[in-house]
Amino acid sequence: MYGSIAAIGAGLAVLGAGLGIGRIGGSAMDAIARQPEASGKITTTMIIAAALIEGVALFGVVVGLLGGAK
Amino acid sequence: MILKNTIKSIFLSILTICSINSAFATEHKEKKEFNVNEMIMHHIKDAHEWHLWGPEHGGTSIFLPIILIDGGLQTFSSSNFYHGEMKTTIDHATKSEVEYLQGVGPAANYALYHEKIYKLNDGALSIEDGHVHGNTKPLDLSITKNVMSLFFGATILLLIMGSVARFYKKNGAVAPKGLAKFLEPIIILVRDDIAKENIGHLKYKKYVPYLLTIFFFIFFNNLLGMIPILPGGANLTGNLTITMFLAICTLVVTLASSNKNYWKHIFATPGVPVALLPIMIPIEIVGIFTKPFALMIRLFANMTAGHIIVLALISIIFINQSIAWGALSVPMALFISVLELLVAFLQAFLFAMLSALFIGAAVEEAHH
Amino acid sequence: MDLILPDFGLLIWTSIVFGLLLIVLVKFIWKPILSAVNTREQNIAESLELAVKTKAEMVALQAQNENILKEARAERDAIVKDARETANKMIEDAKSNSKSEADKIIVAAQQAIQAEKAAAMSEIKAQIATLSIDIAEKIVKSELASDDKQKALASKLAEDINLN
Repeated sequence: MYGSIAAIGAGLAVLGAGLGIGRIGGSAMDAIARQPEASGKITTTMIIAAALIEGVALFGVVVGLLGGAK
Repeated sequence: MILKNTIKSIFLSILTICSINSAFATEHKEKKEFNVNEMIMHHIKDAHEWHLWGPEHGGTSIFLPIILIDGGLQTFSSSNFYHGEMKTTIDHATKSEVEYLQGVGPAANYALYHEKIYKLNDGALSIEDGHVHGNTKPLDLSITKNVMSLFFGATILLLIMGSVARFYKKNGAVAPKGLAKFLEPIIILVRDDIAKENIGHLKYKKYVPYLLTIFFFIFFNNLLGMIPILPGGANLTGNLTITMFLAICTLVVTLASSNKNYWKHIFATPGVPVALLPIMIPIEIVGIFTKPFALMIRLFANMTAGHIIVLALISIIFINQSIAWGALSVPMALFISVLELLVAFLQAFLFAMLSALFIGAAVEEAHH
Repeated sequence: MDLILPDFGLLIWTSIVFGLLLIVLVKFIWKPILSAVNTREQNIAESLELAVKTKAEMVALQAQNENILKEARAERDAIVKDARETANKMIEDAKSNSKSEADKIIVAAQQAIQAEKAAAMSEIKAQIATLSIDIAEKIVKSELASDDKQKALASKLAEDINLN
């Protein structure tokens, strides 16, 4: 059962990260639509923020892998 | 082993969704069942051989040299393991049979279990709950698959960048041509968008060579990992040791270039009441290490996950024992592979970018 | 589990390879590439700056040219005006001079005409006088050519006297 629980955990982590990155992407699009001239800076900031969230999600995935590979 | 079931159940659900499973699913049960988990793990982990084709044991492989430090230097070919004896022993905890390879010839005193080399005690290996107990592990400095891939990656990087450097040496400061034309925008991207943007235009120059090296090292090895045949195929940047080393490099560079302002922000964060400092200082100190830790995990997990997904999609064919499933799995694997090309660039960019961000925070002067 | 455990042998190999790679890349590869790229960018920046400077110089030069042109134009206008004034003055002078000259000439001519006229008149008077004397002489001669005529004349004269 370890693997299944780990898979649920990984899924939850992915869910959270998906929501977070989705929000970042949406907000960045809004911002770019409002200020197209600042799109370069917004994109960079967006990627950094997404990477930070993704990092947290990947912790979850790694923990899932750990449980699964046992 | 349980992950296997999980993955199997995922694929089973895919089958039901596709609702054509009965048409393609075969009833044949092989004597040795195809183990997708084992196959994937075998591919993403390090090995002492470079498996080219054929079955896992007995197929065509390049046997890489093994270098052990065990009361002196010992070198021999890994064929002494892979062509050695397949032994079985009883796991003390789970009471199930486990297999390991016992070396022959110069490797007679050693055993290979899950690609790790152990010294035998009176010709035996004792395994408990999947882990080896009681057997010592000699220091293994073998040229493993990943080390070999590291050599390939470094050589390719040197050859390509060397030709670019030669172009500029020969022609001076002219408009680039050929390879230089292709790579110069990337070099300028690293210099301007990564270094200058995050470190600041006063101090970025010192860190550009380091950031370029780390960027191209990751980028080239990521791409090399996407090639399924010989020079590529190893999961080098999806190996925790490599990413850990790179993260430590960034940590060392960050700490080495840190100034007073950086430490002031850690031990006496401006704007934080003194009463809160006992809580803040440990958090800030942990923060120094979590940042490179996240770098390490990010690169490792991204690349490993990419390899796992591609392999799992290809495995659909072998799980169902039918080539017809290739019509589903090959386009999906192709799609993921193309996505992985983007990820290869993105992860290299992110690693360099976040490194620059950390260095930038360490060299930033107080401006308030 | 060993998926996430670092491997010491690989770590050592990585540090050796990466260390060598870093040294070689920094010393022999990034240095020439970056210096070439920087030099080129500097060249481009300098050229652009030069272009801007040249443009500014051109503008300044043009402005200077315009000024010179304006001055020249003003000078020319002044010269032309002067010339016109002088010419006008000369014309005026010439006009007035010639008028007085003409007047003088006319006066002289009139005087000469008057003198000639007077001379001619006096000459004509003299000639008339001579002519009339001649005529009178001829008439008298003819009148008094014969006795009859003398007698007739004498009688006629006598009659006139009588009448008076």
